Amino acid sequence: MAKRIDVSGLNAYYSNFLAIEDISMTVEPRSVTAFIGPSGCGKSTFLRTLNRMHEVTPGGRVEGKVMLDDENLYGAGIDPVAVRREVGMVFQRPNPFPTMSIYDNVAAGLRLAGKYKKSELDGIVEKSLKGANLWNEVKDRLNKPGSGLSGGQQQRLCIARAIAVEPKVLLMDEPCSALDPISTLAIEDLIGELKEQFTIVIVTHNMQQAARVSDRTAFFNLAAVGQPGKLIEIDDTERIFSNPSVQATEDYISGRFG
Amino acid sequence: MSHATVTPKSANSLHGARLPKWFPWAVAAASVALGLGISTVAGLDSSIQWALIASLLFIVGSYAVAAAVEGKRQAKDRTATSLVWVAFLMAVIPLASLIWETVKQGVKVLDGFFLTHSMGVVADQEPGGGIYHAVLGTLEQVGIAALISVPLGILTAIYLVEYGRGKLAQAVTFFVDVMTGIPSIVAGLFILSLWIIMLDMGYSGFAGSLALCILMIPIVVRSTEEMLKLVPNELREASLALGIPKWRTILKVVLPTSIGGIVNGVMLAIARITGETAPVLLLVWGTSTINANPFDGPQASLPMYIYLQYSNGSEAAYDRAWAAALTLIAFIMILNLAARGIARWKAPKTGR
Ligand SMILES: Nc1ncnc2c1ncn2[C@@H]1O[C@H](COP(=O)(O)OP(=O)(O)OP(=O)(O)O)[C@@H](O)[C@H]1O
Ligand SMILES: [Mg+2]
Repeated sequence: MAKRIDVSGLNAYYSNFLAIEDISMTVEPRSVTAFIGPSGCGKSTFLRTLNRMHEVTPGGRVEGKVMLDDENLYGAGIDPVAVRREVGMVFQRPNPFPTMSIYDNVAAGLRLAGKYKKSELDGIVEKSLKGANLWNEVKDRLNKPGSGLSGGQQQRLCIARAIAVEPKVLLMDEPCSALDPISTLAIEDLIGELKEQFTIVIVTHNMQQAARVSDRTAFFNLAAVGQPGKLIEIDDTERIFSNPSVQATEDYISGRFG
Repeated sequence: MSHATVTPKSANSLHGARLPKWFPWAVAAASVALGLGISTVAGLDSSIQWALIASLLFIVGSYAVAAAVEGKRQAKDRTATSLVWVAFLMAVIPLASLIWETVKQGVKVLDGFFLTHSMGVVADQEPGGGIYHAVLGTLEQVGIAALISVPLGILTAIYLVEYGRGKLAQAVTFFVDVMTGIPSIVAGLFILSLWIIMLDMGYSGFAGSLALCILMIPIVVRSTEEMLKLVPNELREASLALGIPKWRTILKVVLPTSIGGIVNGVMLAIARITGETAPVLLLVWGTSTINANPFDGPQASLPMYIYLQYSNGSEAAYDRAWAAALTLIAFIMILNLAARGIARWKAPKTGR
């Protein structure tokens, strides 16, 4: 089910501002790839180019190629809505739909994207909530509003919502930055389980987290404020954290700057 | 005021001297008494005069006493509080007395008969008759206006917030702003020249509805726009990222999140146009008989009924004008309450 992402020569702009420049990398299926780098280097921007969410921002524009297996996401005639069904996303701040119950939140993707069988919905909701390690906590109050959950529970609800539509790739932008250590651990464990099925890309500012959950790590940096962010290197996580090939990576990881 | 209950000021403590809780009430009572006293002595007979004197005494008095006992800073704090209270009362008193007066005058002839009969066989000087024809006219005119304005206004607001970028959106925003400021008589004149004079359509409830639309659309657009802007972008992005098309995102995520506020705005707009008199006078023309067809011939309406009865001047007509006014206020109040109810019912739910 999981798919490979192959990016080449990707630039992303906000109006005339070049935010990231000439990024090329491969993200392996059924693995976790972590993006690290100083604030403002374009990690979120790059992540959002991978499911065509970048163009939702006014002035957002992308050049280059993103291959999802053998289809170019930016090729002619590609429907961004269809792309987003294949490439799901979890945001930094938990954002359940406030008018919907827990059940409806999880079912939202299927119901509103209009491809589901009524009889299967209950099963999918249960499976997704179990997949997000939330089932036991909410099974007795599925009809209560999703916004009544704790922050960590809400974030897992958002993960359940994202995996309910069975994407091939799951993008996570600092999914734990608003959470306590216990919820963070729960989500990290979850990521470990999810990678059996999905290709996962996670942005994080937490080096330990990158080291714990990811198989490969990409380091981004920018020369100076106002300059575009660039991919410095991408390698196996073990190597990045023990013996990176670029000095800047080592400096960043060991806390000498950034 | 007895100073015995006041704890003494001590310099080196967090416990400052505090006046007792009943202090503002005592000052208020004293200033009202003093205000009444002064105006009786000076022979002033307007209640506004003693109320103003009392307010002034209240503010000055509480400042003086508090400054003496509690210190300057607390006194200023009390003055600010007093000012807020006085302003609040000044705003509420006219409103309350308006409602009081309307109820007092209105209940005289307001009954089931009044609500279910027209003025068809009653001369304006005689008692009897009712407002059925006017209520019917108002409901139809306002209903048609709402039916046209609400979808137009909401769709325009959706366009402005969700799609509008660039020149066209700016132009629409500008026109909506201009339309918000159009006096109702001008809207009436516009429809009069367009619909009745140029297109030769004749007076009707529908012509009135058209003018009411001109007044209602900008209000609906504005209030809906504000409500849509309150919906966090994160929700839109969350929905889009699930592969939900934009129009469904708007329909199923954005609108439900803001529906309470939108309905509230629509109700207020309806309440606002229900009381409009000028365009109705120009376009609906008025009649004393029941005309249930808003598309043909003159109709009546509540604000116009009030105006016509009041200008007739006879005792019976006066009473009918007040009763109609009471009906109008009650109708608008019910709309407001309904709006609040819906807003609360539809508000995004929190809690477990
Ligand atoms: N909506 C926007 N409009 C204009 N510029 C933007 C916008 N969003 C981000 N940028 C700019 O693009 C650059 C990259 O931002 P981005 O959010 O991708 O950084 P990031 O690596 O995710 O940072 P952080 O770690 O703080 O989340 C920054 O210079 C930022 O100012
Ligand atoms: Mg970011």
